[in-house]
Amino acid sequence: MPFIPHTPEDTSEMLATIGAASIEELFDEIPPELRAGDISGLAQSLMRPEPEMAVARLMQERARADGEPLCFLGAGAYEHHIPAAVWQLATRGEFYSAYTPYQAEASQGTLQVLYEFQSMMTALTGLDASNASLYDGASALAEAALMAVRANRKVKDKRVLMPASVHPFYRQTVRSIVRHQGIELVEVPYDPTGGHTTISALEQAAAGKPFAALVIPQPNVFGVLEEVDSLTDWAHQHNALVIGLVNPVALALLSPPGEWGTQSEKSGGADIACGEGQPLGMPLASGGPYLGFLCCTQALVRQLPGRIAGKTLDLDGNPGYTLTLQAREQHIRRSKATSNICTNQGLLVTAATIHLSLLGAEGLERVAAACHANTRALIARLCEIPGIEPVFDRPVFHEQLLRLPRPTEDILKALAAENILAGFNLGRSYPELDGSLLVCATETRTESDIDRFRDALGRALS
Amino acid sequence: MLIHDHSHPGRRAAAQAPLHLANCDDLPKALRRKTRPALPEVSELDAVRHYTRLSQKNFSIDTHFYPLGSCTMKYNPRACNSLASLPGFLARHPAAPESHSQGVMACLFDLQEMLKAITGMHAVSLAPAAGAQGELAGVLMIRAYHDARGDHARREVLVPDAAHGTNPASAIMAGFEVREIPTGPDGDVDVEALSQALGPQTAGIMLTNPSTVGVFDRNIQVIAKKVHAAGGLLYYDGANLNAILGKVRPGDMGFDVIHMNLHKTFSTPHGGGGPGAGPVGVAKHLEPYLPIPLVAHEGEGPGEKWVWQDEHSRPETIGRLTAFGGNIGILLRAYIYARLLGLEGMQRVGEYATLNANYLLKRLSAAGFQPAYPQRRASHEFIITLKREAKDHGITTMDFAKRLLDYGFHAPTTYFPLLVPECLLIEPTETESKEALDAFVETMIAIREEAVQNPEMLRTAPHSLPVKRLDDVRAARHLDLAYNSETNNATAI
Repeated sequence: MPFIPHTPEDTSEMLATIGAASIEELFDEIPPELRAGDISGLAQSLMRPEPEMAVARLMQERARADGEPLCFLGAGAYEHHIPAAVWQLATRGEFYSAYTPYQAEASQGTLQVLYEFQSMMTALTGLDASNASLYDGASALAEAALMAVRANRKVKDKRVLMPASVHPFYRQTVRSIVRHQGIELVEVPYDPTGGHTTISALEQAAAGKPFAALVIPQPNVFGVLEEVDSLTDWAHQHNALVIGLVNPVALALLSPPGEWGTQSEKSGGADIACGEGQPLGMPLASGGPYLGFLCCTQALVRQLPGRIAGKTLDLDGNPGYTLTLQAREQHIRRSKATSNICTNQGLLVTAATIHLSLLGAEGLERVAAACHANTRALIARLCEIPGIEPVFDRPVFHEQLLRLPRPTEDILKALAAENILAGFNLGRSYPELDGSLLVCATETRTESDIDRFRDALGRALS
Repeated sequence: MLIHDHSHPGRRAAAQAPLHLANCDDLPKALRRKTRPALPEVSELDAVRHYTRLSQKNFSIDTHFYPLGSCTMKYNPRACNSLASLPGFLARHPAAPESHSQGVMACLFDLQEMLKAITGMHAVSLAPAAGAQGELAGVLMIRAYHDARGDHARREVLVPDAAHGTNPASAIMAGFEVREIPTGPDGDVDVEALSQALGPQTAGIMLTNPSTVGVFDRNIQVIAKKVHAAGGLLYYDGANLNAILGKVRPGDMGFDVIHMNLHKTFSTPHGGGGPGAGPVGVAKHLEPYLPIPLVAHEGEGPGEKWVWQDEHSRPETIGRLTAFGGNIGILLRAYIYARLLGLEGMQRVGEYATLNANYLLKRLSAAGFQPAYPQRRASHEFIITLKREAKDHGITTMDFAKRLLDYGFHAPTTYFPLLVPECLLIEPTETESKEALDAFVETMIAIREEAVQNPEMLRTAPHSLPVKRLDDVRAARHLDLAYNSETNNATAI
């Protein structure tokens, strides 16, 4: 019996102790007419237990079936090098098979990791507080929007300005999660030349009515860098909170949300920062599990959803860590909780914390700079091909939207046949960008990878 | 010590980053960072030692019996991790084309089929990233169903007072109002109170069965009939699904929509607080609303393939809940677990989890501990109340729990559900041996003896862990949520 330790003798002794004739008898409170229905419709292979050897063979075949393509896809998930130590440590049984640290004294390892993670995320974002993660970047953005609407005491209107330059899957996620809470998501068109969000577009979208928050993606879904300082100042002048949606690797190079805007004014800095932690040591893994991070200013800390680890003292006055501010959470507040989120992405947080420890600030900066340099090289090489050019003319970070002379789906298919994943087709979400391709190069792409891509693309277009 | 305390300016784990800092002068200065973030500067060995030592400050299933009620801390088979971590799965980009995703999609499709079979539901989506997100998906589907019928007055969701706190919180997230239904003295939902609460405003009810008090609600058919007759739908909180696997299916009990916590029932790792996975299953009338993406199967033989369904093929979907396909790495672990057990093995999960719980309950009762529902069978978990011990010896359930840690047992769930005073919710799971259960009983008896002889020993427990009893009140009053080299000197000893 897989993973069940009972010998027949154990079972009969235990039944004797209980005073039951059979295991079946333990289910005698279930009305007999409810007893499990027919499941014979299922394939026989799924009915039978299989030994580890057979399952291993099946999984190896299926893992191999998907090949090992050369990947220039980004669009929210990025292939970075992950130091070997990261997952060797994170999958130690003491981390891997532990639970949410409700018994703090027996969970100091997990709790200290959470506190270190929070420390690293506040350092990266330039904000005061961080939670211990949410499901992913998109759901973190939804929680950030809810939090901003709750926290903004100057503006009662539940309107959130959401630039069209935010990843379409993120916007869809936010809509699914917040749509029944009376929140209006106001779409702000991007500038057709620069691919960025302009003040005039914001003013037009706001239409003179109050709004609770503005989302600023940096970089945005096109890889384009937004003018974060002027956007932040503009939002604050309108009494709105600013939610920075940021890539944590890019933050090694780019201005942290906590420093956005005119710092001399009282309004400086984004109020909330969130994003996808996958670039910090998470494998691509088909899209999950990843981790969403969420940071904020001190003023908003009691509106922060999710788990938070805090430092405290024990009976002897020695420092230790515990989950704190639990009065915001659903297991205490039930229907009045800040969110229904009941856990976090603990194992991924562990990996991210170890990853950042191994890289340090300078290592992370080298990674980010290598991404930037490789993207520049990629763009230069691809744009040698006649008919290919950047769609937007503003600076980018590790992604660029290119105009193609042939339909994007044809190109994607032709390159996939050569085992190259050429990029992301944004035309499915933005009809006006039909015929373009979002390409990405991280630090893991080499000159010869880029040459291979260029040659294959050249062939596909010739 | 924090990893930051190991930091020395200029020390690094050089192999982990590109050798040189590439030139980025073309990035506009105004958008550049002005100072480096305060991340630790350590060698690889520093980091390896630090995190190895931290891991050793944790209780885990691999090291300790962990009978947390409602959390289902059973053994996480190692094969699940190693096979889900094959390079072909780990390196796959979420936006890879279907031509490069057939292996992983075949696994996901099989898993959808297995979950349908064991729950008796018509269709399953694997998209929700955790149980609580599955709950949200479930109530959003209930909402979508009523809205599609123009039944806009149904704005109230009923939730038993024993329910997980996520139930009411999820209902609120979906824009509903919540009305609590009391639990009767025998642990079943108070059907009379339920009948009075039902009406044209009822959107549905959120239930788990067996419930959080550890008993199978014998009136489930009556409840289903009444809720349906009132026009409401039944939502099944799958947190306790492992208790009835292969014995009774939520679909057969009359539930319209369910979520499953794969980390509980399918033994994927809890990871110190996640990631989980919370697939949802629905009856036929709710299928159009399932969250995206889903995997569909087309063709047979050489033309066979698996395809994604998204908002284009499912226009009535409640939408996307994460950017990509949910926690696919966790879904793969669940799938591997399911293949190792087969559906046949799933039945045994429920049987032995229930055997272990009833055995433990019987032994603890025989030793004089007081069950909250003595007249009932335990499901996979049960409650004892320490109110007598608290009254006689002035110790609390928390004192008892902390003392258990000293003996090398993780404490059961304390003070939940809220309706039982001085409550311990105990769930041994099927993967613990009789010896482990016996040792737990002996320890409980020994601690109660200590409560008589030396209550102070309990009040100041734990004594043998890396830290003594921690001050939670201080943590909340003097918020210290991140390292700051200046302020933290004050608290360091």
